[in-house]
Amino acid sequence: MARYAAPGQSEAKMSYQSRYDHWIGGEYVTPHRGQYFENPSPVTGQTFTEIARGTAEDVERALDAAHGAAPAWGRTPVAQRAEVLNKIADRMQEHLEALAVAETWENGKPIRETLAADLPLAIDHFRYFAGAIRAQEGSLAELDDDTVAYHFHEPLGVVGQIIPWNFPILMATWKLAPALAAGNAVVLKPAEQTPASIHYLMSLIADLLPPGVVNIVNGFGVEAGRPLASSARVAKVAFTGETTTGRLIMQYASENLKPVTLELGGKSPNIFFDDVSAADDEFFDKALEGFTMFALNQGEVCTCPSRALIQIGHYRRFLDAAIARTEKIVQGHPLDTETMIGAQASNDQLEKILAYLEIGRQEGAKVLTGGHRAELEGELAGGYYVQPTIFQGSNHMRIFQEEIFGPVVSVAPFSDFDEAIKIANDSLYGLGAGVWTRDINTAYRAGRSIQAGRVWTNCYHAYPAHAAFGGYKQSGIGRENHKMMLDHYQQTKNLLVSYSPKKLGFF
Amino acid sequence: MNPTRPSSEPAYARVDVTEAAARILRDLRAAHGPLMFHQSGGCCDGSSPMCFPQGQFRTGASDALLAELQVEGVPEPIGFWMSAAQFELWRHTHLTVDVVPGRGSGFSLEAPEGVRFLTRSRLLTDEEDEVLNKTGR
Repeated sequence: MARYAAPGQSEAKMSYQSRYDHWIGGEYVTPHRGQYFENPSPVTGQTFTEIARGTAEDVERALDAAHGAAPAWGRTPVAQRAEVLNKIADRMQEHLEALAVAETWENGKPIRETLAADLPLAIDHFRYFAGAIRAQEGSLAELDDDTVAYHFHEPLGVVGQIIPWNFPILMATWKLAPALAAGNAVVLKPAEQTPASIHYLMSLIADLLPPGVVNIVNGFGVEAGRPLASSARVAKVAFTGETTTGRLIMQYASENLKPVTLELGGKSPNIFFDDVSAADDEFFDKALEGFTMFALNQGEVCTCPSRALIQIGHYRRFLDAAIARTEKIVQGHPLDTETMIGAQASNDQLEKILAYLEIGRQEGAKVLTGGHRAELEGELAGGYYVQPTIFQGSNHMRIFQEEIFGPVVSVAPFSDFDEAIKIANDSLYGLGAGVWTRDINTAYRAGRSIQAGRVWTNCYHAYPAHAAFGGYKQSGIGRENHKMMLDHYQQTKNLLVSYSPKKLGFF
Repeated sequence: MNPTRPSSEPAYARVDVTEAAARILRDLRAAHGPLMFHQSGGCCDGSSPMCFPQGQFRTGASDALLAELQVEGVPEPIGFWMSAAQFELWRHTHLTVDVVPGRGSGFSLEAPEGVRFLTRSRLLTDEEDEVLNKTGR
């Protein structure tokens, strides 16, 4: 087992500054009101840096910078914009380990995941949109001999982006890469729980971006997020979070007649048909891993497969194997390379999960493994750790209906295909889903029947840049990833051109 | 808790507030004026009760008003709202608004104070269920 040194230690791959101001117009700018807030690492609960506490004045200043930069950036040839994105990706690749350490310390997730998932995915995302923007073309339609309709893609201008705390760098990248590729300038507000790692990334790539194209304003939602989301000076707001704030952002957007994209979470079903257990082979092993994916990123994933539906024919056999697999999850120091599950991102997140463990028991769900806060020792004693937990219950229970956002899966049996789909769709949400079967017909029919934006079929938790991601029902509006995302950051300009000198004859 | 309920009836409430949360609410009332809650759902900070200046969040036909919280030192009741669809899944539970140290999030008013409101839940008793869910309110 190897342990990466914590940021700031002598052997460490990176260190954080003791304070971060706002990043506006290509330089650090102190907060207008001079206030800062402390940023603890969930690994230890100890503060490691302090962050500018932004307010409406800071948001305005960032919008000034963005509006100053947007016209030139929008006119920059796509080959040059793509080159910038590719250089960002290269720079991130060169500093992958340092970024992984920074992200693990910030968020609490295991270094195994930041090294193998968060950072490689973010790097590929920049490369994907560098390619996608170069391949994008407008269109023309020849309406008659002398009349042509041209369609051009134009950037929106200045966009506001509000980033969640579960994948601070990757989620920022999902929003930044398409927006920048499409020629927009951005004002970005990181989550107040994870405000620092994006600044470390910016410290590596700042020289690659023209000043003002990316601006970072930190602070609390009510003080910095609200002025950004409600500003008439942003052409669009992109938000990842929960339903109440999503609705509020839509309300603000309606006041300004601006579009939004919203990703608001889910309660994703993961369905295991009987034939999964038809053989004790590689596929069976893969399906067990698919079940255990509820613990990836400590369950702090909008698409956490937090409802496992198992067909009755193999229910006992599969579940026993799934419990055994779950109990092999190694919980420990997030900077250890063997650690599979790290710390929850914040104290309030920990408290919320514990509250769900309590209501789950009260509703009569049975704890099959886990069920408690994990008490770790030494420097981890102050961190926020939860045991991977399997509940057995039924779909009407609140632990089946609400995204706990912790390493908690709720398991229920089903009898046949129709019941599986009925339970899967009995949810307010429709973001992700998993289907596991050896029968391609069952797989196809299930995937088409589930009301969710992404149905992983015989896989789970893969996030390639060119597969569209987004929600049905209350899981949100719009998509992220895939080249279609460019449309979310572009206007359509139609030039309707007559090449005829002849008048119509009306007047 | 329900100001419209005659005082002679047993006071069954869907939502209560801990004393620690009440202290924060008094401070927030002094700083921001009349308040409201809207219980969130979904990911990240979903399941957290969001506290806003009253009217900041527009409720509509798709929302249910679970309680009008009477908090000592706060002159008017604080409405506690939830989307009606979510309420159908929560109506068998009693909620208590508590507060814990925390960082956010959403646009809830208390976050800059370094605390976060948290909804704790328990099952309604049979008697509460009878009054709150079967005989109306």
